[in-house]
This record gives sequence, C-alpha cells and structure tokens, in this order.
Amino acid sequence: MSTDFAIDVRNLNKRFGDKHVVRDLSLQVRPGEIFGFLGPNGSGKTTTIRMMCGLLTPDSGSGTCLGYDILRDSAKIKRQVGYMTQRFSYWDDLNIRENLDFVARMYGLPNRRAAVDQALEGLGLTARAKQLVGTLSGGWKQRIALAACMLHEPKLLLLDEPTAGVDPSARRDFWEELHRLSALGISVLVSTHYMDEAERCHKLAYIAHGELLAQGKAREIARQEGLSTWAIHGDALDQLSKKVKALPGVEQTVVFGTTLHVSGRDAEALEKSLRAVVAGTRWRLEAMETGLEDAFIYFMSRAVDRTGFRNE
Amino acid sequence: MVRKEFLQLRRDRISLAMVVGIPFVQLILFGYAINTDPKQMVTAVISSDHSEFTRSFVSAMQQSDYFRVVNKWTDEESARAALRRGEAMFVLNIPPDFTRRLLRGERPALLLEADATDPVAAGAAVGAIEQIAQSALKKDAVGALSYLAEPESQKPFQVHVHRLFNPDSISRNNIVPGLMGMILTLMMVLLTGLAMTRERERGTMENLLAMPVRPLEVMAGKVAPYIAVGLIQVTLILLAAIFIFRVPFLGSLVWLYVSALLFVAANLTVGIMLSSLARNQLQAMQMTVFFFLPNLMLSGFIFPFQGMPGWAQAIGRALPLTYFLRLVRGIFLKGSEAADIWPSIWPLLVFMVVIMTFAVKFYRKTLD
Ligand SMILES: Nc1ncnc2c1ncn2[C@@H]1O[C@H](COP(=O)(O)OP(=O)(O)OP(=O)(O)O)[C@@H](O)[C@H]1O
Ligand SMILES: [Mg+2]
Repeated sequence: MSTDFAIDVRNLNKRFGDKHVVRDLSLQVRPGEIFGFLGPNGSGKTTTIRMMCGLLTPDSGSGTCLGYDILRDSAKIKRQVGYMTQRFSYWDDLNIRENLDFVARMYGLPNRRAAVDQALEGLGLTARAKQLVGTLSGGWKQRIALAACMLHEPKLLLLDEPTAGVDPSARRDFWEELHRLSALGISVLVSTHYMDEAERCHKLAYIAHGELLAQGKAREIARQEGLSTWAIHGDALDQLSKKVKALPGVEQTVVFGTTLHVSGRDAEALEKSLRAVVAGTRWRLEAMETGLEDAFIYFMSRAVDRTGFRNE
Repeated sequence: MVRKEFLQLRRDRISLAMVVGIPFVQLILFGYAINTDPKQMVTAVISSDHSEFTRSFVSAMQQSDYFRVVNKWTDEESARAALRRGEAMFVLNIPPDFTRRLLRGERPALLLEADATDPVAAGAAVGAIEQIAQSALKKDAVGALSYLAEPESQKPFQVHVHRLFNPDSISRNNIVPGLMGMILTLMMVLLTGLAMTRERERGTMENLLAMPVRPLEVMAGKVAPYIAVGLIQVTLILLAAIFIFRVPFLGSLVWLYVSALLFVAANLTVGIMLSSLARNQLQAMQMTVFFFLPNLMLSGFIFPFQGMPGWAQAIGRALPLTYFLRLVRGIFLKGSEAADIWPSIWPLLVFMVVIMTFAVKFYRKTLD
C-alpha cells in the first residue's frame, strides 16, 4: 500500500448523458491533510467524491484511495472510508441509537455498544437516544450523520458539505474535531461553500464546471493569479461598482456589505484608476491582500469566459 | 396541480410506457388465453378390454374435444397418483369384460373418475359424457348390433362418474385454498417490491451503498422479516378456511407449511428482483401488477389450467402460483403426501434460485 497519498486520482471523467460533469480531474490528498473542496453549485464536487468511494464509476481515469484502486477495490475502500452524503441519508423511522447501531453492525465493529454509547455522548444526545431521527432538526441530523460516518474510525473522511445548516458553535466544534483527527493522521476531504471553513483547510481545490481550476494552500491559491485587490469603504457601493468596472486595470468588483473589493492583475493601472475615482469623495480606499473569495470569484468568471458556460 | 402531474408523468418515460403498454399486452394475452369452457383435459384410460367398441368410445371422447387421452398411465395406481398430483383430470376405467357383457345386454358400466377439485372444470366434461356415449354407439351399433342403438331400448351401458376430492362440487373448497396463494403473491411481491425503491427514493440507498455490505446480504435482510409476515398470513388464512369456510383439510400441516414457506420465499425473490429493477416506487407498483395479473389469470386460479391453450399453459408453468395452487389444493382436498407434492415443489425451488440470481445480477452497486 502506497503511503504517499491518501487520495490520488488522475484524469477522472464523468458524463451523465451528454453532460460532461467532471473533466480530467486530478487531485492528491496527503495523509493527515484537511483538504477543502470548493466550487459553485453543480460544479461536480459530489460527483467527484462519489467516484472516489466507488459509488459512481468514472468513464475514464484512474486513482487510488488509501492505496486501493478506486475501480477494482471499492469494497476495501468502503471499509476504511467514512463518507458523509450531502443529502441526509440515515433512516428517519429509526431512532438515533438504532441508526448508529445499524452502522456499527454494518462495519462489524467489535465493541458495538461502547462505540455507539461513546458517539451518543460525543453528540450530547445520550438522553435523546430514543428519538426518531425523522423528527430532528436539520442541523442535528447533520451532526448525527457526521458522528455515524466516523463511528468505524475511518482513515479517510469524505465529507460532502457536512456543516450545511449547522449553527456556528457546532461548526466550530466540528472543525476542532477535524483538526484533532488530522493530528492523528486521518485525512479529510471536505466540500464546503463557506469561506471561513476554506481558510481552515490545509489545502484547497477549486472546481468549476467539472474542471479543477486551482489546487494548493489557501494563500498560494489567492496569489496564484497575481491579483492585487483594493477595498473601498463607504456606501452607495452598487453605483460605484458599476462605474469602477469600466476603468482600466479593473477586472473584477465584488460588494461585501459595506466594502467593495476591486481586483485586477495590472496592479499599477488598477491603483491609478481607483485613486482617481475616490479622490475628493467620501469613499475610503485601502490596499488589501487578495482573499480566497476574490480569487474564487475570479476563477469562476474566467471559467465562464473560457468555456462559454453559464453557471446554472 | 394537474399540469404538474402530467409533466412528471411525461418525464417518467418508463412508467408512461408501462401505463400504456401493459394493459394492452395483457388484454390481448388474457383475451386469447381465457376459456371458461375448458377443453382438452388430460385423461388417463385404464383399459383391460381392447375391443372395437371401447376403442371407438375412447376416440369419441377425443373427438368431443373435452378430453385429451394421454397414454402415460396404464394401471390403476399410477393413474390415481396422476389425479392426486393434478397431472390428469380424468381417469376412465374400462372393466375387463365390458364388451362381452355389453353384447349380452347386461348393461355394464364404465367408470369415469373426475378430479372435482375445480367443479367448473370437471362439470362441462362430465356433462358431455352422455353425448359421447351415444355417438360411440351410433357408430358401432350397426348390423346385428343395431338393437343396441334403438332409441326406445334402455341404455345398453352406463357411465358412472365419481367426483373425487370434492364430491359435493362446492366451489368454495377450491377457491379458498387458492386464495391463500393469491393473497400471498400480491402481498409478498408488493412488500418487497417497494423495499429497495423506498431506500432509493429516500436517499438512504447512497448511504447503504457506501457501507461494506454485499448485495446478497442486503437482499436477505430485506426478505427475512417478510417470511415471518407470510407465514402469519398463511396461518390466518388456514384458520379461516377451516373454521369459517369449512373447507376439508385432509393433508398434513407440515407439508402445507413447507409448501407455503417455499412459495412465500419464491414471491419475495420476485419482489426483490422487481425492486432492483424499478427506479421508483411507482414503477415497482406497476411491475408488481404486471407480475400479478398473469398469476391471477394463467395459474389455474380463476380458469382451469388445463383448459388454456398450450402457450398460455407454458407461461403458467413459469409462475410459482401455478405450482402452489396444485400444492395447496392437493394438501387440503386430496391429502397429498410427499411423493405427490414433489413434482410441484422442485419447480418452486428452481424458480427461486433463478430469480435470486437475476436479482443479485440486477442489483446496482453504484448510483450510475
Ligand atoms: N445522477 C445524475 N444524473 C444526471 N446528472 C447528474 C446526476 N448527478 C449529478 N448530475 C449533474 O452533475 C452536475 C454536478 O453535480 P454535483 O452534484 O456533483 O455538483 P456539486 O458540485 O456537488 O453541487 P452542489 O454544490 O450543489 O452540491 C450537475 O450539473 C448535476 O445536474
Ligand atoms: Mg454536492
């Protein structure tokens, strides 16, 4: 078993009918790494994760998960991988304990009772163990799903938007838990739409229209395109944004509440244009480091330009 | 609202095809297969008297179209066994000195034993036997023997009809045990038919597939609880049949339960296979109906099996209910024993293995 990578897939392709959903995707995750998987809706994240754990067969490409071939050894992969589906997929008509117990049985855990008890305790749900899962709120369902997929102590976690609909404090706990696991050498591939979560990953990959646009550490990705970004503080930013867009050097404007982020690759032209605009107004201009989100939005718009796709 | 339903129905091409196609196919199928006046029923002839007259009697039977004489069983014992197993519907016994006594004017009797389990099936043929006797006489009673055919003379011979297994021709005795098979078919196929599609529709299938379980394990798990459900139903129907409908029960409970267990299992495998094939619950339901109708029509439940055309019988022979009906009616009304039920037991076993193989084959291990 090769220990170089927990996940190592090369040139994965998947089509549904004539829709090319994943294109030549290659991705490597090292053991103990928390790898964030980002991309807009419908970009192929779930599809990619499903191919990694043998739930979908790639049309072409190859790869290994924990050293096992994703095409041939999916049975072995399933034993050692914890996969959390995007859509809640536990049994509504079983109670919490029964669900966990079922999972424990399926993986043939030796100390089933103890493992289930421990998981319930970790969730703080020991007292509600007999509640039917169908009657829980969305956030709790999510947390139970997470506990269930970690029950068999997998070496690799594939988490598809695990914190969607989870409250901030539970999310914080969850990320602390992920970092604790990662310190133990467990690898995690986690898809998310939250930028703060992306910042907490060791590495990131950004996918749009099935194509991997960037891969690396958060800072590297942000710097990769050589973007410089300025923040403009003030109000009536919408109108300003329209005005600024037409200026030389400006490639992208994004409104974040009371700040407008303006980015472009030509740092000099950008600075010159912006200074001219704000001169003598109430708007305040400030240089900033290009954030992940700016970079991702930039990737997105470029992907649309290049492939002529529109984001559905 | 109506518009949404139509749109959804149109998207679901396979279901739409089924909605339109299946009723049509079945209409054609059953229209041709069903025959309430069953003909060509298998008849054994045990004859110790091979005279010209007995031969023409037998050929008159053949020509009447009601009877199909099969020369497979030639002695009393094997013919009786064929009756018990439902392989033959009638046995004609011709006593050794029949022709001699006929010529002497002693008015001998032929014995026609009929399997009256299904009174309707037996009835028509029995009703025709007088006619047949007359026409046999007309043909042979010429010359010196013409006095035999004199209309005013008493009938020169008689045909005694023994209605076996259901002497009073009570159709309830036939229908109630058959209903057991009918109900089990519908319930078992329906319950398991929805099993897998329900997981798929709720999205839990993805989770199940991500876990290390083998298809056979999943299927066995899905089937197991329903075996118990099936046996409970058997018990309830059995009690109702005996105590409410007063159907005679001559056979052994052990054989009844063995047969029922096999039959339940066979139908469960069908359900599991359908549920592997169906993409959603609607399709699973339609497939269940698709399987149920031929069982209803071609198994011998409503219409006598032997009265159907050959191709319809061939379809019937591929259905588990056909065999279970023979088993359950045999055990109730004929007191069938191990040797009698075996010919209907092994097809159930074969059926089960074949369908299970397909079910495992069709089980999708991925979400593709
Ligand atoms: N079973 C399927 N049949 C046909 N098309 C599919 C199927 N599953 C996914 N798709 C298509 O593949 C594309 C990628 O879907 P996928 O679920 O992988 O996106 P995603 O990145 O996970 O999106 P999200 O962030 O919304 O979860 C989508 O356009 C979707 O419509
Ligand atoms: Mg997704």
